[in-house]
Amino acid sequence: MSGSIRLSTLDAAAVAAERARHPDAFRAGGRARWLLLAAILGYLIYLMWLFDFGRIFTDLPRVWVIVRLMVDWTGFASWDHAALWRSMLETVAMAYLGTMLAVIVAVPLGFLGARNVIPSVVFRFVTRRLFDGLRGLDQLVWALVFVRAMGLGPIAGILAIFVAETGTLAKLFSEAIETIDRKQVEGITSVGAGFVARLRFAVLPQVLPVMISQTLYQIESNSREATILGLVGAGGIGLRLSERIQINAWDQVAYIILLILLSVAVIDNVSRYLRLRLIGVVAS
Amino acid sequence: MTGAVDPADDPAYRLFQQRFASVRRSRQTETLLTFAIVILLFVVCSVWTDFAPEQVGAGIPRIGEYFGKLLSIEPDNSPIPVLAWSHLFQGVKQPQSIAYWFYRIDVYADLLWQTIQMAILSTAIGFGGGFVLSFPATRTLLKSRMIVFVTRRGLEILRTIPQVVLAFILVWPFGIGPLAGVVAIAIHTTGALGKLFSELNENADLRAVEGIKSVGGSWLAQIRYGVVPQVLPGFLSYALLRFEINVRSSTIIGFVGAGGIGQELKRVISFNIYEEVSAIVILILLIVVAIDLGSAEIRKRFISTPFGVTA
Repeated sequence: MSGSIRLSTLDAAAVAAERARHPDAFRAGGRARWLLLAAILGYLIYLMWLFDFGRIFTDLPRVWVIVRLMVDWTGFASWDHAALWRSMLETVAMAYLGTMLAVIVAVPLGFLGARNVIPSVVFRFVTRRLFDGLRGLDQLVWALVFVRAMGLGPIAGILAIFVAETGTLAKLFSEAIETIDRKQVEGITSVGAGFVARLRFAVLPQVLPVMISQTLYQIESNSREATILGLVGAGGIGLRLSERIQINAWDQVAYIILLILLSVAVIDNVSRYLRLRLIGVVAS
Repeated sequence: MTGAVDPADDPAYRLFQQRFASVRRSRQTETLLTFAIVILLFVVCSVWTDFAPEQVGAGIPRIGEYFGKLLSIEPDNSPIPVLAWSHLFQGVKQPQSIAYWFYRIDVYADLLWQTIQMAILSTAIGFGGGFVLSFPATRTLLKSRMIVFVTRRGLEILRTIPQVVLAFILVWPFGIGPLAGVVAIAIHTTGALGKLFSELNENADLRAVEGIKSVGGSWLAQIRYGVVPQVLPGFLSYALLRFEINVRSSTIIGFVGAGGIGQELKRVISFNIYEEVSAIVILILLIVVAIDLGSAEIRKRFISTPFGVTA
């Protein structure tokens, strides 16, 4: 080995010699880098000052008040458990309905937005921007708008999920359709299949597993999202949660949050199991 | 063709046909069953949430009317000026001009800037928290299974509590304003980034760590000089992606009183000030798209993506 050094002989002189031999490896970053870091840090401290971060410390006692009230469950038996569980199920039902309605619309839209189905650049640009527009607004904004238009209740939440989800799924579906293997399409075409038969026997078998898997994943993620839609009046557990936050019933707030975490975990696991099973079926 | 064997007489062919038919039957039953379950669930959920066709049908005209007002295509009863080409670029006082529509643009601009600053600060704090917590959450870097388990569950809890809920709760101690929103988003970001970072750490090459250990480097030195240089580009890439997500979150976190443009949006929606709703929505969409494009550009130009980290 060239230039190897034994650890026992590693004295200050040897270290200095090595430093001199490999200046790049020992360079301490340079002044510009430190200045940049200091500037970033300074900006962040300015932002903290702007947003009144001192209150975190002065209001800490109030946080402790909440935490203490949250863990005190002496009134457990008197809570309206039936209503809470009903609302939790309502939340999941909202997510399922909203996503499934979105699937019905997103499948045809996905085909229309795919480059290999309709090879027009302009058309694709328009459909993609439409999907982006639906997706770009958060579900909570849609929910607020639908609550104004339809009144309080889960229907506003379902429609909010439906509209935002249509954009997401249509984009995912058209991307799935764009990445299919062309050979199957060519094979079917070569034996004289028409447009519909090509879709049915060449495109659908390739994209269906992807679509189902993405739909399951979106039901999962929408169940999470749906828990907060109630905060603006769009039904589900969020409505109960916001009522209890407003009357400072912190023990029940903690219980509802645990309920949400539990339900989300269950849905995650069911959906993961189904998706794995699906992939297994496809592989075999 | 003459002399050819009739395929129906070939036992192998018959067997194939039998097997094919049976596989096909079982596949079809499975598909039908799945469809039945999906539709049954749909019906059950509809009943549970009162999602009846007649109710939705009755609501659709109202939705149409509402969006009509938002898009100002109803000139008769709408308070909104319909845009007219002849007045489009005239002053604030002239109805049917863009300036009239966005007459509170200065207020919106302030709030949008506040929203972006909220996203910057919460991403930075979340980056710091996720950075620190990602190393104790990495199995390959730690002997103690216990610490890894506890850190991982902790990160999981931080990122599973919906941040809007967290913000709503924090508004009580911290008061109405951006502080509650920043803290809520920062907590969520810590959980989300901590998990992603620990996955990057797990993929890091351990030879560098062993090298530093062999010359007597402490655990901190092993992390600082063995792992961090490998994973930092990936960390930054994830942080930028998170920044985009946090910009979106900051726009809505104001719905519960936690600062940013969302607070104003909620106000104008609640008071049915249609032209301001559409103006704010357009601004939010513009800012979100601009940030997404800008951040994608930065990631493409400046940050190499190891371990296949992509958008």
